[in-house]
Amino acid sequence: MSRIKGCFERLQGEGRKALIPFVTAGDSNPELTVPLMHSMVKSGADIIELGIPFSDPMADGPVIQLACERALSHGVTLADVLLMVSEFRKQDNQTPVVLMGYLNPIETMGYEYFAEQAAEAGVDGVLTVDLPPEEADEINGYLLQKKIDSIFLVAPTTTPERVQKICSKASGYIYYVSLKGVTGSAALDTAAVAERVSMIKGLTDLPVGVGFGIRNGETAAAIAKNADGAVVGSVLVEQIAKNQQQSDHAIAGVSSILKEMRTAMDKLNR
Amino acid sequence: MSELKMSIEELLSFPDDKGHFGPYGGRFVSETLMAALDDLAVMYKDKSTDPEFQAEFDHDLAHYVGRPSPLYYAERWSKKLGGARIFLKREDLNHTGAHKINNTVGQALLAKYMGKKRVIAETGAGQHGVASATVAARLGMQCTVFMGSEDIQRQTLNVYRMKLLGAEVVAVDSGSRTLKDAMNEAMRHWVTNVDDTFYIIGTVAGPHPYPQLVRDFQAVIGREARAQCIEQNGCLPDALVACVGGGSNAIGLFHPFISDEAVKMYGVEAAGHGLATGEHAAPLCEGKPGVLHGSRTYLMSDKAGQIIETHSVSAGLDYPGVGPEHSILKDSGRAEYVAVTDEEALSAFRSLTQLEGIMPALESSHALAYAEKLAPTMKQDQIIIVNLSGRGDKDIHTVAVIDGIQVLD
Repeated sequence: MSRIKGCFERLQGEGRKALIPFVTAGDSNPELTVPLMHSMVKSGADIIELGIPFSDPMADGPVIQLACERALSHGVTLADVLLMVSEFRKQDNQTPVVLMGYLNPIETMGYEYFAEQAAEAGVDGVLTVDLPPEEADEINGYLLQKKIDSIFLVAPTTTPERVQKICSKASGYIYYVSLKGVTGSAALDTAAVAERVSMIKGLTDLPVGVGFGIRNGETAAAIAKNADGAVVGSVLVEQIAKNQQQSDHAIAGVSSILKEMRTAMDKLNR
Repeated sequence: MSELKMSIEELLSFPDDKGHFGPYGGRFVSETLMAALDDLAVMYKDKSTDPEFQAEFDHDLAHYVGRPSPLYYAERWSKKLGGARIFLKREDLNHTGAHKINNTVGQALLAKYMGKKRVIAETGAGQHGVASATVAARLGMQCTVFMGSEDIQRQTLNVYRMKLLGAEVVAVDSGSRTLKDAMNEAMRHWVTNVDDTFYIIGTVAGPHPYPQLVRDFQAVIGREARAQCIEQNGCLPDALVACVGGGSNAIGLFHPFISDEAVKMYGVEAAGHGLATGEHAAPLCEGKPGVLHGSRTYLMSDKAGQIIETHSVSAGLDYPGVGPEHSILKDSGRAEYVAVTDEEALSAFRSLTQLEGIMPALESSHALAYAEKLAPTMKQDQIIIVNLSGRGDKDIHTVAVIDGIQVLD
């Protein structure tokens, strides 16, 4: 069984929901990433989404755009990101790691080689933001061979017919984008999200994680009421941005937000 | 003529239903935009075969844009070069001074039929921004134009024109602060406002159906040029030359000639400081296929897949990608892509201004510069058509700075 599937099954058994932090690999410097990943697990993360830095992150707001710029200023490449995952795996063989990024760096590396290298590094899932299922068959074939999950986005604008089509190509979990906008956008409408999540869950057995706009424990808990997981990114990346000179402060800042969210989400399900 | 690697029939069949031009094109965007692109594709499929829509478009082209634009024999310039006779397709004489208006008139009509109240656009040189602000003013729509802050510096006159037309101009400070970043920001804005906003993409790049619909709206250039050439000379031209940034004026000229296999087609990219320096904007000459701004196409990216910053004296060519149809035209061998430097383009800018009394845009000057190389290699009874895609008034400031002259700011 894949680590991702195992993770959601275990959580379901415990009556808990997944807390899924996102950080950009190599932000604010390449040395921070692996210690930060371990610390996030200690603070309650169930799955880690690791951003592959890209020069033109079209779906991201200013917070993650700047995170990409910081990582790229250190010359962080997709190959480096895979090395970070290998390094993380030396001490953690349990926590699923999902790479999230844009297609061009992956396509430049080559689909087949990427799938091999990602599997070897211990990557569990790949979410390519600018790769809708219509264009994904080729890379999916290679990922499937290596037992890496293909995670796709579902948006507020996605029709039920399209949700079905997306789910038929997806594995691991569905990432529901909670609002029309870029990452780090303003407050989201938790009631509207709940309705959409129920619709999606009616069409697939895959777990549904929700991201974009979750900034505190209260929202994370509200989202987790219906969804199987809450993805949190920009608010964590802000901590990294604020503490670029002091890695321990960045780690502590991220940690404290995750703990708050973990507590709020667990309280809800008790 | 060299052997084509693909049949003309196949080339003309592109794009397919998913927007593919062979391995290029497609739709590489985040899920939130897929529904809007589907809606647009359905609307365009319907309107592109609707005689009423086409009549409305043709009427606007005739009475608002001022078409047909002349095909002008540049006799003095041709004779000085001593070779083929060069004809200029005068897109610079269109309303707002460039070919861009052909497309914005078409897309604004689509926006109107889709009931959208606002339009957004990205712009490099500012010509597409002006053309978008113009059609928005005419239809009473709100207009927001995204422009790199570097380009805002280079194109102050066009920025002011957009503001006079009632558009909001948003300075984009991310990345290289040029056209590609303006397009990123326009996409982000569109994702956030997708319900009421129509995105007028200015070139044949972007996700399906944009490369197709922009091509179709610009193809009026080639249809007219073909008929005018036959009328004036009794024959087809021997070669077509057009500059290529995203590539809309080039596709507009080339497409109606694709099945005229004897007509050679040259797309001219910006070699900037020289291809060897790496400081250029020539993805077809020097790049490799990749994915940016919604389609797979030739790109300038590094070995890790990051998009490289480009350089060109001309803001409208300063773009690391290119429309996907150019990628297939290149691979098929039907069109040839070359590049000329900033210096060569500036020299052609001066030649045409002084010999013909026509001041070309710096973008178009790249096409002119290549024609200066090509014409002397051809016979005097041969014909070249150069797409004079825009007028040069907007570039006077840039040229003056290069000349060390202070013009009013």
